[in-house]
Amino acid sequence: MVLFQRKKTPQTSKIRLVNVHKAFGRKKVLDGVDLDIRTGESLVIIGGSGTGKSVTLKCILGLLTPDRGHVEIDGHQVSLLPRKEQEQVRSQIGMLFQSGALFDSLSVWENVAFSLLQNKTVDKVTAKQIAIEKLAQVGLNKSIADSYPADLSGGMKKRVGLARAIATNPNVIFFDEPTTGLDPIMSDVINELIVSTVKTLGATALTITHDMNSARKIADRIAMLYEGKIIWIGTVKQLDKTTNPYVRQFVTGCANGPINVEVKAD
Amino acid sequence: MTKIIQFVNKLGQVVLRFLRSAGQLGLFATDTLYHCVTPPFYGKALFRQFIDIGFYSLPVVALTTLFAGMVIALQTYSGFAQLSAEGAVAMVVLVAVTRELAPVMAGLMVAGRIGAAMAAEIGTMRVTEQIDALYTLSTNPFKYLIVPRVVAGVFMLPVLVLIGDVIGIFGGYMIGVSKLDFNASTYLMNTWEYLKPMDIISGLTKAGVFGFIITLLGCYNGFNSEGGAQGVGQATTNAVVSSSILILVFNYIITELFFSI
Repeated sequence: MVLFQRKKTPQTSKIRLVNVHKAFGRKKVLDGVDLDIRTGESLVIIGGSGTGKSVTLKCILGLLTPDRGHVEIDGHQVSLLPRKEQEQVRSQIGMLFQSGALFDSLSVWENVAFSLLQNKTVDKVTAKQIAIEKLAQVGLNKSIADSYPADLSGGMKKRVGLARAIATNPNVIFFDEPTTGLDPIMSDVINELIVSTVKTLGATALTITHDMNSARKIADRIAMLYEGKIIWIGTVKQLDKTTNPYVRQFVTGCANGPINVEVKAD
Repeated sequence: MTKIIQFVNKLGQVVLRFLRSAGQLGLFATDTLYHCVTPPFYGKALFRQFIDIGFYSLPVVALTTLFAGMVIALQTYSGFAQLSAEGAVAMVVLVAVTRELAPVMAGLMVAGRIGAAMAAEIGTMRVTEQIDALYTLSTNPFKYLIVPRVVAGVFMLPVLVLIGDVIGIFGGYMIGVSKLDFNASTYLMNTWEYLKPMDIISGLTKAGVFGFIITLLGCYNGFNSEGGAQGVGQATTNAVVSSSILILVFNYIITELFFSI
């Protein structure tokens, strides 16, 4: 039985990366990334540790500025927009961080309703109500609304992070290693929550992960990043049939192959 | 020859690193000042910082200025007694406390208490991606984290120093009357007679500048911390050491500006 039937995605581009380069000192991290994320689709970027997945995400979010190339959201180069419009574009984006990135000094509901409270779009009572609704959407009871992040388990923190990411009903959601550090069952719960929330919101989703189970469950399309470039992109079905040796090695998790993992000390 | 080249190379790297840090700090300060005067303003966060910096630092500032005033009274008496100038004790306590001791002691204490806490808190937020999360939640970290701390530092340090002035002078009075056998009303009259607005103003000006230095460096080091726990620890150390040094440097500069002949 298919739990979550995804709607057919239109072919217009929501996010576009054009020849994006980024280096830190002499270390080249992104070396000409080209990527198209269609409106309403869920794209997963896979790749080993240190291949630039997080840097790609941060370039799209505007947390890092590419050295060359550019990022477009809805056809606009966000970095060229005036500050107000940049903020407007950002307000359409939700993000689930790897560690949850919950604010320690705020209660769970204040974390979830942070955007609503800071932008003063609703009053405090309504904001709390919305936060409790969002917590329910990710399977959390309202009894934890007044708890603090330090009181929560890893899985609960991820769920609160997810509730915060969807609190403003964004039309783009980013997921940074959503299942890292979770047990297999909790990982699956988070995967299903991601699929269902993305479907409910009708949002465009970009996930970065090296968890293949997660990628298979979440993705409409999968892209593989290696040595700063997108070396392969296709659907989950195509992933299983591909003969690309890099992708094959990564998917099978084999130590021998074209991808060299440095384990030697210099 | 190779050793000389290596030495020059290392020296050059240190100078470049220093210049880069100074430039970054300058840009950080400019950004902070820009965000201080442009909306939105976070009143609740500002109020919390007023309480944290002002109210919770009061005991430590009160204790240090009290003992500083007491020590100055004792030391000047033992020195001035040899010149039969014991009557100047009240004036020396007043001048030393208002011009130097209260602002410098309060500055150093707050640097240790608040500067370190700010660097650690903001540094932890940096390494746990909470600052990135603020950006994604359409909240400018400068406005939400930095501005309330810097504004509260600039306004609360003078308040603390003013209270420290009173407590420090009271410390001198306590020792003068109870231990050195000064007449209470004569001591108070001497203090009042020598009280000059410029002494208080210079102390409060120093306090405002020190407040800016402490909070700016605490925030700057925390905001730019890298790595994990070690990076946060390094940021905390840097914040306290650099602000303590700058407090002493600016103490001299402001004294020169106010009192140079």
